[in-house]
Amino acid sequence: MNFLSILNDAASYLLQPTTLAFALAATGLAVHFGFTGLLNFGMAAFMALGAYGYAISIVSFGLPWWTAMLVGMLAAAVFAVVMGIPTLRLRADYLAIVTIAAAEIVRYLFLTESFTEYTAGSGGLSGYARAFIDASPLAALPSDMKIGFGPFSYTPSQLSTILFGLFMLAIAILLVWALMRSPWGRVIKGIREDEDAVRSLGKNVFAYKMQSLIIGGVIAAVGGIVWVMGSATSPGLYTTSTTFQIWTMLLLGGAATIFGPALGAVIYLVAQSFLSGLLSGMAKAGMLPFTDSQAKVLVLILLGLVLMLIVIFRPQGILGNKRELTFVK
Amino acid sequence: MGSTTPMVRPRRKWQVLFIAVILAAVAVFASVFAAAGSARAEESPDGQTVTDFVVKGFITFEEKPLEGVKLSIEGNGFTGETETDAEGAWTLYVPEKAEYTLTVDESTLPDGVIVADGAEKEVAFKLTNTVRINMFLGEGERMTESFADQLLVRISNGLQFGLLLALAGIGAALIYGTTGLSNFAHGELVTWGAFVALVFTSFWSLPLWAGLIAGVIGGAALGLALDAGLWRPLRRRGLGVVQLMIVSIGLSLTLRYVIQFFIGGGTFQLEGANMAPMKFGPISLSWVDIISIIVCLVCIAAVAYFLTRTRLGKATRAISDNPQLAAASGINVDRVIRIVWVIAGMLAAVAGILWAYYRPGITWNMGTGMLLLIFSAITLGGLGTAFGALVGSLIIGLVVEVSTLFGVPSDLKYASALVVLIIILLVRPQGLLGRKERLG
Amino acid sequence: MTGSIKRPKTVIGLDGAAAPGVKKADPILVIDNVTRQFGGLTAVDVDHLEIPRHAITALIGPNGAGKTTLFNLLCGFDKPNSGTWAYDGTNLAGVPSFKVARMGQVRTFQLTKALSLLTVLENMKLGAPGQRGERFWTSMLPWLWRAQESEIEAKAKELLVRFKLDAKEQDYAASLSGGQRKLLDMARALMSDPNLVMLDEPMAGVNPALTQSLLDHVLDLKERGMTVLFVEHDMHMVRHIADWVVVMAEGRVVAEGPPETVMDDPAVIDAYLGAHQDVDLGVVTGRVAGELDTSAIQLLDEIEAATEAAAEGEPERRGEEEQK
Repeated sequence: MNFLSILNDAASYLLQPTTLAFALAATGLAVHFGFTGLLNFGMAAFMALGAYGYAISIVSFGLPWWTAMLVGMLAAAVFAVVMGIPTLRLRADYLAIVTIAAAEIVRYLFLTESFTEYTAGSGGLSGYARAFIDASPLAALPSDMKIGFGPFSYTPSQLSTILFGLFMLAIAILLVWALMRSPWGRVIKGIREDEDAVRSLGKNVFAYKMQSLIIGGVIAAVGGIVWVMGSATSPGLYTTSTTFQIWTMLLLGGAATIFGPALGAVIYLVAQSFLSGLLSGMAKAGMLPFTDSQAKVLVLILLGLVLMLIVIFRPQGILGNKRELTFVK
Repeated sequence: MGSTTPMVRPRRKWQVLFIAVILAAVAVFASVFAAAGSARAEESPDGQTVTDFVVKGFITFEEKPLEGVKLSIEGNGFTGETETDAEGAWTLYVPEKAEYTLTVDESTLPDGVIVADGAEKEVAFKLTNTVRINMFLGEGERMTESFADQLLVRISNGLQFGLLLALAGIGAALIYGTTGLSNFAHGELVTWGAFVALVFTSFWSLPLWAGLIAGVIGGAALGLALDAGLWRPLRRRGLGVVQLMIVSIGLSLTLRYVIQFFIGGGTFQLEGANMAPMKFGPISLSWVDIISIIVCLVCIAAVAYFLTRTRLGKATRAISDNPQLAAASGINVDRVIRIVWVIAGMLAAVAGILWAYYRPGITWNMGTGMLLLIFSAITLGGLGTAFGALVGSLIIGLVVEVSTLFGVPSDLKYASALVVLIIILLVRPQGLLGRKERLG
Repeated sequence: MTGSIKRPKTVIGLDGAAAPGVKKADPILVIDNVTRQFGGLTAVDVDHLEIPRHAITALIGPNGAGKTTLFNLLCGFDKPNSGTWAYDGTNLAGVPSFKVARMGQVRTFQLTKALSLLTVLENMKLGAPGQRGERFWTSMLPWLWRAQESEIEAKAKELLVRFKLDAKEQDYAASLSGGQRKLLDMARALMSDPNLVMLDEPMAGVNPALTQSLLDHVLDLKERGMTVLFVEHDMHMVRHIADWVVVMAEGRVVAEGPPETVMDDPAVIDAYLGAHQDVDLGVVTGRVAGELDTSAIQLLDEIEAATEAAAEGEPERRGEEEQK
């Protein structure tokens, strides 16, 4: 069992595209749930629309990568509107159920064989990575060159996606910060606590909730793009398990904070990688009474328990302020 | 008094009309331009107008080319036909890239030869201007069923599925009604029943009846354990409904991966799962199916009796209606909720075992996929009412099965149930049997 | 500045005698044929009601009379089954509550809606209308709304001083007492310079020490040219500050008038005290067909006697005899 390589793998998760993608998705969910109080359980669909919007634009329509990104973001915005119109007037648990249903419908649509011409169905879509990599300023460097050190060494194409992801994450966090300290953010926080009070002050609560749904969704869509930008996408990535993972990361870091979501994503993925590697290594070495694939499942069991424990004992997460939470009685 | 200005919005109607007119105008223009783009006058050997857009292919039978097979193409207002040549090759020219249907005239094929997956094929152009469709034919039989027959089969399947969905759904509805919790772990309660039965029969080699009883007891036990170990302490702690919902999500993840830990990713079968079906007209049911239907009906009748005739059942309905009032009238709310969880656990376990026979097959995530259907059913029927859960489940079951007959591809059939859910929430959020004021 | 100086009541100009549905000289709100049913129960059934401008009107009645339901309807928090009401000539039936608020009609709630997760000052700033910074696109560019924000803050602080909440400016509203939250609600409602202020049970849950302060603030609203409509159970408050009283029972308006005379209206007393609880008032008043039993006949006799005595100029204080 190579302890060093386990640590290395875990550490590398600090800067993987996956981590950056989930940090973005969690930030989007913070806008929805942490700040506005919307119970959105369909985040995976926003990521899927971003990723597939991006991929299909390049593969089937030959658009440049930045246009493809705009298409992905637009798809997420439209989905937010379509989902929001019937549900934002309803109670919280209805929104939860409808968002899961809508997300599953989106996943089915990307999975079905009926649209394989565009989506490539269950096999997943690839072949679009070059569009971005070739456009990057780092494309001039030899493609097998390694930049960086230790667990953080990347080829130029990997580095391109990571730097892009970091850049988008920084913009997203900045955006959320600016929004939440403005009067718009004040109205949103009021809505989170008591819609009727805010309505009685003359604010169009429905419009604000819709705006929040759109902006959080678009941020998550960018996350979806960053996740698959350098590789391939497939419908299996966008299940309800993915959504629940995003929720765990959000609550772990702090639902109503600016940096909490990103922090939660990093801790979750690094810890998952470390535990998976450790337990799986121990199982392979015969130190544990089960197989290494069972070890990986055990890590998932633990993460499920972590979600329960966070919500019960520390719902404000690591960075959160208990006094600011509305979903806690 | 003074004149009142009605605050109606006539402007919106005009906006819609305006947009409709614009769209109509655009459509007219587009079709005019499309028609204007007519082809050159070049002709192919068999009299077709040659264009840039080609649909072509080969037809062979047992690796020998078939000559003289007639094909026709139709779509977008255009029709064309051709025949295969000595090499079995055929070419059809179409005016533009659109969707067409290619039909093979099976009467021009040799005796006993058919196109196995249907004589009609969809033609769709991708990035290039040519579509190739090759057909390598063989002999075969095709049973044609009438639409009415197929409909009967689907309805019977749908009702069967709906009944076992109802078992799970009634439990979830009772939990929601008495505690306000949307139990995201309900799917795992379903899987659990099948899992316990599997462990007792296949892994510990006990007879089937023992396994089935163990499954039901296991479900009851899990329901009891969850309320005693988790839900009641959390209620005491005063956790809000949203927090409890998220806890149930964590529980769902934990339970499903625990089951995966023990049975991995494979599919298992219970004894008797592959029994040969008997035919009742177009409908085919095995003994297992019949028993399953009877079991569902018995359970549902038992629950109905419980809710309407027993004191405990009435107390359950009272709590669903108004918890404070129920508690104030001396009902032991905690005890009733405990019993509700036990009943829900049992019903879910039975549903799981029946689901294992229906699919057929037991996987670690068999219940997870059902969760959304359960929620759809109880929302459709009316949140919190057990009878609504029954009605909603039957409708969802029917929609899932019958939708495939109306053009929904079979891998999208669950999605159609979800679409029904969303539409109902748009039109009548309180569900079919719910009361409007419950919306809060 | 507020004080405990007794202020003169406003005399309401009427178009006729004081009876339910009487027309007022200068109404700000005219309510017509409004009904609201919940299942089989009729919660509100008002034929005609006018609320006078620049005056303080109290809406009273026993529990279940439909006061809060009518209130919710008028503020746009509920939709009527039928009927219209005109605010300054504009029909508001079916208009959503946030639009109603923008038109100068604001309300407070019986259970205070001070947003406890925001500070007192933030609560106040939320009340200001037409904020550039609240629009999504402009909110991200602070220099577009900074100036307006300072103005709003100054106005908020001024109001907080008036309501004596300025020391609590930076505290989360959760840390205020119940009465202080009521004051905050009222102060916040004033940020938009409303014309009509609707208070839902402003005295509910307020400790007696703060009552006078709250009353003075309400009187102040009238001084500053606003109209006030409030729902209340507290008769002292009603007697003290109301210029006009509307009494509801079982969804209908049963009496209207200045506070002194309305209180002695027999129908009003019966509605509250249920002096003849076992009597079917519907039968007695002739609204419902039915038989009169002994107690009903007794009641009718008493009412007749009282009416005759009043007509003869002898103030027959029937109410005093009946009250405990």
